[in-house]
Amino acid sequence: MRLLKTGRWITVVGLSLLAAVYVRALAFTPVERTQGVAQKIFYLHVPAAIWTETGMILVGVASIFYLFLKDPRLDRFAEASAEVGMLFGTIVLTTGPIWGKPIWGTWWTWDARLTLTLLLFLMYVGYLLLRGAVTEPGLRARYAAVLGISGMCLVPFVHLSVYMFRTLHPQPIVLKPSAPSLPGAMLATLAFSFLVFTVLYVGFVTQRYALTLLREQTEPHA
Amino acid sequence: MPDVWRHAWLLARKDLLIEFRSRTAILSAVVFTILVLLVFNFGRDPTAVAAVDLAPSILWVTFTFAAMLALNRAFQLELENQALDGLLLAPVSRSSIYLGKLMANLVFVATVEGIGLPLFALFFNVSVVPVLGPLCAVIALATVGFVAVGTLFSAMTGRTRFAELLLPVLLLPFMLPPLIWAVLATSALLAGRPLSEVVGWLRLLAAFDIVFVTLAFFLFPATVNE
Repeated sequence: MRLLKTGRWITVVGLSLLAAVYVRALAFTPVERTQGVAQKIFYLHVPAAIWTETGMILVGVASIFYLFLKDPRLDRFAEASAEVGMLFGTIVLTTGPIWGKPIWGTWWTWDARLTLTLLLFLMYVGYLLLRGAVTEPGLRARYAAVLGISGMCLVPFVHLSVYMFRTLHPQPIVLKPSAPSLPGAMLATLAFSFLVFTVLYVGFVTQRYALTLLREQTEPHA
Repeated sequence: MPDVWRHAWLLARKDLLIEFRSRTAILSAVVFTILVLLVFNFGRDPTAVAAVDLAPSILWVTFTFAAMLALNRAFQLELENQALDGLLLAPVSRSSIYLGKLMANLVFVATVEGIGLPLFALFFNVSVVPVLGPLCAVIALATVGFVAVGTLFSAMTGRTRFAELLLPVLLLPFMLPPLIWAVLATSALLAGRPLSEVVGWLRLLAAFDIVFVTLAFFLFPATVNE
């Protein structure tokens, strides 16, 4: 199937570029003064975190349009985006503690931002569980859309709460109202990594979308 | 619009009447609340942790569990004898069905909370009387928020497999932000902090309520339309 192949190619390109991100981050980007080598994980952690949140918002947007247009393509996209978002959430929740152990001295702390990332991850899990619990395709799509839209509306609240608590987590240094306070070389690596994660997101979503399509064709009543 | 409210009130009255005649659900919920409070009493070391430090979490965990019980029940009622189909055939708008369910759930949860709060004050020797007004405002705002989302979700989970398990899994992430704010506001109140410290949390709770009641009002039809 062509779509599946396209998705595979995009993913292969994304993964090889990811290797290039590692090379650039480790060999051609300066070591941060206070955090040392541990800071390198920032180039994976931040892009994955941005895509975890964006993934949820895209699930919500696709869900809104699904409820109006009833186009099954939107539902397939929402499902794919949720699964990929959960994967990126897993990356965030794994790389975070690996960085936290040497820098904070603890794997996990009940800090606002950590708690709320876990919350977002659990929302993805809930969304996919709901999809698994409903067998009838039309009903499943509508239920998932309702949950997806609610999830999207929760993201701003989650985001807001983060700024209201004193937190251990480093404050945003790129996506903030004033100019990025990051040396040029680090910013370039981060931007490159973000681009690679975007390619990976597109590749994964395309493959997942194609898989759903294949499943629908082979088991029309599933 | 007045029709929507009238129908909603009729539906809520129907649910509450059923509840009032059998009284099984409300009694179970109240007994459950007392039992949760009891479990908490044994789960802490009174010599190590002062009651007032733990009180806000105890109060809100208890209310969360009680609300979950109430919400699971809301649409289960309509599944017997395909009562939901009858309800959908009735000449009332989908949104007023939601509002009716929301009102009935709110009355149910408020009753449980109304009994739970004095018992909580009694068991844990917390003086709630001096801050009763603001505390009730916090409880009311938080309850409206999570019952609004819960009513919407229970309409969906009621018709799936593992309904009783799926609802908490879906709902708890949505309950957490208002719960965090409510716990912080409650602990500020019980510690005798000035009211001005609580206003921010109350505003956030109110914003959450407005957004999610409106959202659920518009999304609910999508969960029942065939």
